[in-house]
Amino acid sequence: MRSSAMRDLMAVTARPEVISLAGGLPDTSTFPPKSFAAQMTRIAQQSAAEALQYGPTEGFEETKDCILQVMGAEGMLPDSEDVIVTTGGQQAIDLVCKTLIDPGDVVICEAPTYPGAVPVFCSYQADVLQIECDSDGLRVDALERALERLAAEGRRPKFVYSVPNFQNPAGVTMSLERRRRLVELARLHELLVVEDNPYGLLRYSGEPLPPLYQLDGGDYVVYIGTFSKILSPGIRLGWAVAPPPVMEKIVLGKQASDLCTSTLTQYFVREYFAEARWRQYVEELVEIYRGRRDVMLAALREHFPAQARWTEPEGGLFIWATLPDYIDTSDLLAKALGDDVAFVPGQAAYLDGRGRSSMRLNFSGVGDSEIREGIRRIGRVIDEQVALYSALVDTSPGAAGDETRNPGQNLFKSRPSDATGADGERTPRGGDVLPFRTSGGAGG
Amino acid sequence: MKVAVLKGGRSLERGVSLRSAARVEDALERLGHQVLALDVGGDLAERLIGESPDVAFVAMHGPGGEDGTAQELLEILGIPFTGPGVAACARCMDKALAKHALREAGLPTPAWFSFNETAFRELGAADALGLLAARIGFPLVIKPSRGGSALGVRFAASEREVPEALVSAFSYDSQVLVERYVEGRELAVSVLGDQPLPVVEAIPADGDRYDFEARYEIGRTTFACPAELTEAEAEAVTEAALGAYRVLGCGGFARVDLMLGPDGPGVLEVNATPGLTDTSLLPQAAEAAGMVFEQLVERILTLALEPVSV
Repeated sequence: MRSSAMRDLMAVTARPEVISLAGGLPDTSTFPPKSFAAQMTRIAQQSAAEALQYGPTEGFEETKDCILQVMGAEGMLPDSEDVIVTTGGQQAIDLVCKTLIDPGDVVICEAPTYPGAVPVFCSYQADVLQIECDSDGLRVDALERALERLAAEGRRPKFVYSVPNFQNPAGVTMSLERRRRLVELARLHELLVVEDNPYGLLRYSGEPLPPLYQLDGGDYVVYIGTFSKILSPGIRLGWAVAPPPVMEKIVLGKQASDLCTSTLTQYFVREYFAEARWRQYVEELVEIYRGRRDVMLAALREHFPAQARWTEPEGGLFIWATLPDYIDTSDLLAKALGDDVAFVPGQAAYLDGRGRSSMRLNFSGVGDSEIREGIRRIGRVIDEQVALYSALVDTSPGAAGDETRNPGQNLFKSRPSDATGADGERTPRGGDVLPFRTSGGAGG
Repeated sequence: MKVAVLKGGRSLERGVSLRSAARVEDALERLGHQVLALDVGGDLAERLIGESPDVAFVAMHGPGGEDGTAQELLEILGIPFTGPGVAACARCMDKALAKHALREAGLPTPAWFSFNETAFRELGAADALGLLAARIGFPLVIKPSRGGSALGVRFAASEREVPEALVSAFSYDSQVLVERYVEGRELAVSVLGDQPLPVVEAIPADGDRYDFEARYEIGRTTFACPAELTEAEAEAVTEAALGAYRVLGCGGFARVDLMLGPDGPGVLEVNATPGLTDTSLLPQAAEAAGMVFEQLVERILTLALEPVSV
């Protein structure tokens, strides 16, 4: 099943009675309406004309000051001239692609990758190479081999796209060692790395790790950030930080796309940050989401079958679960929708049909009881599939034995012996292929 | 005329239905009708009673809109509606039921068996899978008995691919069909009233099968209409299609899907509310017959208001 079939299934998930674990939604009900009203009133009373006017393509300096505060909280100190305010982080991805990609250019990303980046890469006709992740994030050793192989073919990738923190969709975080190595490789090969970091401040356990941008100093790393997950996705405010030659082109691209980012919402962010309570609000979100993550993990242990595996994210919004490989999660979604529950089928995170037995589960968008009930319902339809499959194979010898089931089709499968690296090589140790670490990572 | 367009609903083909309906609504407005667009939900009966439209255009696909459910409600309310009646819809929606009717009437349809989940869970039907395969022969097509747009349709080239394909098909329905795969040309004959329209051939790009994606993504499949067939082939195909349309009791309009293999045509299924999207087959067939989309919509409405002749 491919994109348009998936789109149609996802259209059904929008029904109000459906418990949706499919979105990437932060919980905006936690933002106090009174404070929102006060901020917007101040804008109306003090700066109505300006807030209703066009603004600079690069964004207001005052917005950039807020951005520098957010980046500073993660240890980054970019120059304000290197920053552009965009219409959400999604536009930043689009502008980077628009600026850098010519049809047929190689782009490297993680496997699985952010499902929202897939259509962007495709629309600029990039030749996308996906490199496997494990519980320590992108397999940088596999990336190295892929770069060598590409070099031998005389091809140079335009950039590597990565979500190092609490990756969407896998929930995994790139280890410090791999971050260092990736930045080294970028220097060595003069290769741009696009670091997309929407969730960095939403850490629920473990120690924060330095962003690639900080390790590299901004020479080879283009950084993408957003207010979506720490404030509101509805205001559509994100940003990109890039070295001057790349930034010049991004500004031209932005001008062509929409002239400037919403002035009104930039004023809102300015007002909000002036109250100096933004970190406290992020802390509140962290508390809420940590609780929801733990509720989902507990529900998974209770309701998912023994053959299922899942990641235990230290932050972010998502858990990635992988089922026995005879279960196609797109078909499972059709069945789950009958029980009014939804998730994102894993295939959405791959460009080549892999991920068929995996699913992305969001734990930030709905409350504890809905998470428990949603996982219980999904667990029930999985149980039905497992029971049916067992009834089918137990009595027909030779039918779909382990050794014959779609070898290599699903890299996140439950049998380590079949794990294959994204670069087409056998993984040396199946044990570190996602999502084998099913305990010990949660901490909180 | 006040025309209620029934669309959407809970079906997995909701998206397709909304696209069909959008096109129909535009056409109806251009024809000067008053359009009442109804995304089908719990308030359908109430709204129909309140609005009392002159006629209902059923643009729903899949269970709920294509299986006679909505049609039954419209009959109770005394509102004329487009397409086949309740019984025909119910027969068309259930491919196993339809194929039994076709076979009894001596119409060609590929060999098949159908099972429900209980047969495997409680009666040990898995033990009979080998026999079944031997009777029909590989490759097999495994599909949900009630479903559309090729959702859950899988091919099994050998015995070991059967269980996974069954799990997939059972995700969409408790009844599945295991059917012989006919290598051949994919054809569709739309019938309007009692008149067959020119045969359409779907030619999937780069050897793909005509799956969901190929159906609704522009450019994924090329269509030939009228299909390039010999006179004898065209006659055999049209005759089989018309036969199926009549045997299942269809009226108004419907689309018959067939495979043309070395042994002649085989009817796969009859769609009681065929798609009317930009890439759908019925509008293409109508165009080949010299009807623009508005004329097609007007004709479908006229047929809905004619006294039932079946």
